[in-house]
Amino acid sequence: MNDFRPYLLTWVALLALLGVIVAAAALFDGLLASMIVLAGALCMIALIITLFMGLRSAGGLLRVYATGGVLWLGFLIVLTLADYLTR
Amino acid sequence: MPTTPPPTESGRVADQFDDIDQQREANLFGMWLFLATELLLFGGVFAGFVVFRVIHGEAFAEAAGHLDLALGTLNTALLLTSGLTMALAEQLVNAARRRAALAMLLATLALGAAFLAIKAYEWHHEYMERLMPVLGLPFEYPGKHPQQAELFFNFYFALTGLHAFHMLVGLCILGVLAILTWRWRDPPRIARQVQISGLYWAFVDVLWVVVFTLLYLLRL
Repeated sequence: MNDFRPYLLTWVALLALLGVIVAAAALFDGLLASMIVLAGALCMIALIITLFMGLRSAGGLLRVYATGGVLWLGFLIVLTLADYLTR
Repeated sequence: MPTTPPPTESGRVADQFDDIDQQREANLFGMWLFLATELLLFGGVFAGFVVFRVIHGEAFAEAAGHLDLALGTLNTALLLTSGLTMALAEQLVNAARRRAALAMLLATLALGAAFLAIKAYEWHHEYMERLMPVLGLPFEYPGKHPQQAELFFNFYFALTGLHAFHMLVGLCILGVLAILTWRWRDPPRIARQVQISGLYWAFVDVLWVVVFTLLYLLRL
């Protein structure tokens, strides 16, 4: 049962975060809502990757590789947006 | 009824590997490599959506208001729960608890199927509302920005359709895993297969969190 505890806690945290971001989208407007939604979603993704995908217990090479994948997606979006936002 | 011997530490090592640890590392690395290519596929669509979301902010926010937030939230909860059951299945296979592992795999399969059923219901609702600009279907948008809304719904069907296809592939994999777990012929191999399939399933979870956030929640 102790082996399952981290996964159960992760699941509870994910559902709680889901509740927070949906409530933020429904109740707030503007930048505040966007910030809460995006921060909450990033926390959910981080939880799934580290716990459900086992990155927490993975070797160094795999961690670097996985981080690189997410980082390059970030570069793709940020650099593309940088063009449109500064025109 | 098959017996349930515990998975041994080693199992049979494939010819091209020195030992089982190297084989396990290669399995994981291979799956992460595949997932990185998947990230490229989805990443391009995500980046395109974000650009148009910035350019047509008001129109996209209005169009997002036509999606069913309650069903989207329910589907997200189902998928997150399926992520839990898949992670538990992996632990249970490692602990040689065959029946419990099989139950968790079947629960994951059922949750995934429920997700797709709800998604199909949503698509049907959007079809009835004439908000499905695909395959030449009529698009009749009641809001102020019909052209930009059509672009939003193109992104919506591309992203949710691509994700649903990945879910279908995942369900097929889960079905095969359930049969292999029921037979329980090579437990160490089943444990490795469940582990790398679990990576794929969790990645589909991650993709849905991004899709749900971009399409349903940024309605400001």
